[in-house]
Amino acid sequence: MSQQAAFDPKTATPFLTSRGHPGWLGMRYSDHGDDWVELELPWREDLLGEEGQHVLASGPILSLMDMASGLAIWKAMDRFEAIATLDLRVDYVRPARDGAAVFGRSQCYRITRSAAFVRGLAHDGDADDPVAHIQAVFMKIGGDPKRELPGG
Amino acid sequence: MADNPDIEALTPYARSLGIKLADWEDGVPVLCVEFVEAVEGRPEHFHGGATGGLLETAGYAALRAELARIEREAVLKPINITVQYLAAGKSQTSFAKGRITKLGRRSANLTVEAWQEDRSRPIATAVMNVLMAKTEG
Repeated sequence: MSQQAAFDPKTATPFLTSRGHPGWLGMRYSDHGDDWVELELPWREDLLGEEGQHVLASGPILSLMDMASGLAIWKAMDRFEAIATLDLRVDYVRPARDGAAVFGRSQCYRITRSAAFVRGLAHDGDADDPVAHIQAVFMKIGGDPKRELPGG
Repeated sequence: MADNPDIEALTPYARSLGIKLADWEDGVPVLCVEFVEAVEGRPEHFHGGATGGLLETAGYAALRAELARIEREAVLKPINITVQYLAAGKSQTSFAKGRITKLGRRSANLTVEAWQEDRSRPIATAVMNVLMAKTEG
């Protein structure tokens, strides 16, 4: 029996990124699959990592990947559930190009009763030439299942 | 005690996020960020990305301070960072301070800790490696 998808990253993203930290960064929906989500972080002059150098700071990539990972987990679970980042590793393999938007794609490859495991990459247009790789573990924090979406 | 070096501890990103220099402790900068909407994730809590950004900024600030102290010039480039989230960041000011574990010729290894009202209970820690490239010219 087919069931309608309960969590749609495309419709959830504008809601989740309308305010708070994701809203401040201006993240947008880009693409998704069954267990992965890609978000876009548009280029912004005030997110530079070093004065005089047109290179995006690493902090926003961390935020982008954290957010894309959360969405990938909800997509893989096909529902919204409160989760918290436990551990997040980012390897910055090269600087993002000057003026380029950065895309963060994260895949949830395993969900257990209490944890969700993700891996992903950030790229600036070509996913075959990433700017960063990530790996993270999130914990389900349970609590009130009726709790509203963050940013709600 | 040595004078605190005159360094640019905050990147444009860090200033935009609202990260400030809170204090100096033995020549090491302590950074802070108040709880404002720009750092909020789920209601009334810090977003993991904002906490990570604070940790990373504190790590770079500690390294810049040390390099200034020993009068060494370098362009800092991120290699990697691993953040451990230990407790939810509540709706109050967060602080962070980095410590240089190893200052090598080409790279530095740092550990960073972030806390809120109780410094003995950190909300997050990070380990990071930073490449110290030669300055041009």
